[in-house]
Amino acid sequence: MAEFWHDYIWPTLWIVIKIVAIILPILVAVAYLTFAERKIIGGMHRRKGPNVVGPFGLLQPLADGLKLFLKETVLPTRANPVVFFIAPMLTFSLALVAWAVIPFGDGLVLADINVGVLYLFAISSLGVYGIMMAGWASNSKYAFLGGLRSAAQMVSYEVSMGFIIITVLLCVGSLNLTEIVNAQKTVWFVIPLLPMAVIFFISTVAETNRHPFDLPEAEAELVGGFNVEYSAMPFALFFLGEYANMILMSGMTTVLFLGGWLPPFDIVPFTWIPGPVWFVLKISFLLFVFIWLRAAFPRYRYDQLMRLGWKVFLPISLAAVVIVGGVVVAFDIQSVLGAKG
Amino acid sequence: MAETHIKNYSINFGPQHPAAHGVLRMILEMDGEIIERADSHIGLLHRGTEKLIEHKTYAQATPYFDRLDYVSPQNQEHVFVLAAEKLLGIEVPERGQYVRVLFAELGRLLNHLFSTTAYAMDIGAMTPMLWAMEERELLMEFCERVSGARLHMNYFRIGGVSRDLPEGLSDDIWAWTERFPQVVKDIETLLDENRIFKQRSVDIGVISAEDALDWGYSGPNLRAAGVPWDLRKAQPYDVYAKMDFDVPVGKHGDCYERYLVRMAEIRESLKIVRQCLNEMPSGPVQLDDRKASPPPRAEMKSSMEALIHHFKLFSEGVRIPAGETYTAVEAPKGEMAVYLVSDGTNKPYRCKIRTPGFAHLQSMDLLSRGHMLADAVANLGSLDVVFGEIDR
Repeated sequence: MAEFWHDYIWPTLWIVIKIVAIILPILVAVAYLTFAERKIIGGMHRRKGPNVVGPFGLLQPLADGLKLFLKETVLPTRANPVVFFIAPMLTFSLALVAWAVIPFGDGLVLADINVGVLYLFAISSLGVYGIMMAGWASNSKYAFLGGLRSAAQMVSYEVSMGFIIITVLLCVGSLNLTEIVNAQKTVWFVIPLLPMAVIFFISTVAETNRHPFDLPEAEAELVGGFNVEYSAMPFALFFLGEYANMILMSGMTTVLFLGGWLPPFDIVPFTWIPGPVWFVLKISFLLFVFIWLRAAFPRYRYDQLMRLGWKVFLPISLAAVVIVGGVVVAFDIQSVLGAKG
Repeated sequence: MAETHIKNYSINFGPQHPAAHGVLRMILEMDGEIIERADSHIGLLHRGTEKLIEHKTYAQATPYFDRLDYVSPQNQEHVFVLAAEKLLGIEVPERGQYVRVLFAELGRLLNHLFSTTAYAMDIGAMTPMLWAMEERELLMEFCERVSGARLHMNYFRIGGVSRDLPEGLSDDIWAWTERFPQVVKDIETLLDENRIFKQRSVDIGVISAEDALDWGYSGPNLRAAGVPWDLRKAQPYDVYAKMDFDVPVGKHGDCYERYLVRMAEIRESLKIVRQCLNEMPSGPVQLDDRKASPPPRAEMKSSMEALIHHFKLFSEGVRIPAGETYTAVEAPKGEMAVYLVSDGTNKPYRCKIRTPGFAHLQSMDLLSRGHMLADAVANLGSLDVVFGEIDR
């Protein structure tokens, strides 16, 4: 019995504990990201933002969650009930599953797999299915248009994102996220690969359907797009999924370009602060930029967004793959960065 | 493969659409994201204003005018009192005229602050709207101080305005005009040179000067198409003739220029507001003719005649000699006019209201055809329509 416990039950339990230890903080972070967004945008709009529920409005996200939890789930008559309810679940679970390979610190990762980047990329690509299914299953014209838009948009931006990730992989020589971070000990990739990092970040904004690329839900045109027919918990799942995706994408950018958990300088006052704190700080900065973009920019039009993706980002990132590849081979960069070739 | 026939589908844009500026219902025939036909359905906010006015005394009509274009009520009141005064053949004292011009221009500021930033919001820029709302709030406080109501002032009266400016208001408005240009500048930094904003509005919804005239355009929309027509210059009313201001004119007639013209008009309005404050003479704000305008309250305490006049004016109302007039003002949205027919009684025989938004809205199909769904929203926002005045 002790053997069985030791070999099977305890490892399973341990994994469950680790998963809970990752998911719970993420859900709390999502809740307070919505709060932070409203406060920050409020500040930029010269208004206060939520400040009634709890001290400084700190309980607002909980109140919102409770409200959505208690509302009735409306199922449109002509909707396809199965797909209609699977869609939000899919979006939400995919946004959480991806966290398995993100390293929070040196060795602090649920699954340190060798193809971490591919896994992340695959999971984030699947995210489009949730939105497409929602758009289709709602059987509403606005939702359908939203679904179509998001399918086109997420596919276009994924292509250039893929190429940019390749440039990073060329420098590192590994698909393992921990090694990608360790390769940035000398210099964060954001400096040598600056234009790529910017394009990558913009693509992540498009990938998460955030302003100025929030066409699938474009309030002024599609009234809410793919989620127009959703209410109560299914809507909450979409909402949580969107924000969890924002955090995930910021985490991805941090790992690929901002040196993950590494401090900015490898000298004393900075190294005192533990790695996960740096990681969270960097993610917070990127999330702030996400929110800032929302307050500052108008929305792209559908064709302009496509043009930006295919005619601007794609050629640049393709060229970057060639240039970075050439430089890496010519100067043997991989050995300079200390990664194995 | 069998030949397939692809059918266009239609989308119901509104009446509960966040970008429909009220209760517009537009049937959009779409080919994918491209608009093949835009069919506006109006009348969802029809309240029978014109007919109601026929059953009210002249003084009771001004509140209805407030509720036509509820973004800038002052200017609508202005046109009605001007029409009634024209039929009565009376001249408002100079200070009254200055006060009316002052508030008409504040109304223009209220409107343009709203319309430009609501347009920005339609194409996704959220922040300018909230900045402008704060300034609108301050402006409406001025309205409240002078009339008691923030929005539907009912301040303009036949023969002047209902009461003089309270003490200190002029100074506060002046202080506001000194601070306000910075806000305009802030809004412009967010929009004018923003690439996304320009991509969304330059060359969208282009209308030529000729087409604009044919479709009955007026106001900033017409000027953006390159026709320098402004009723404040062309046929000045009240003291506009004494004011020194420019009429901004565009040349291309697209959404971007409609926006730019409005932003420039904000600056010009500010100039007029400052001139009014500087040059305002002292004196009465109401005509001293007891057959047309009520006596001051103080006089009623001592004068029997004043009490009778007051009673007659507020029960029977002013009697206007038979006649008819078409009177127009340059409202912020364009030529706002009223065709007033009097049969010599205390109620108008007919009060036809000509609103600019109605003429502008009918060109939606012309502007949007061949554009994308998102452009229809931009066009609608740049035309600056309000359904209170379109549906009446």
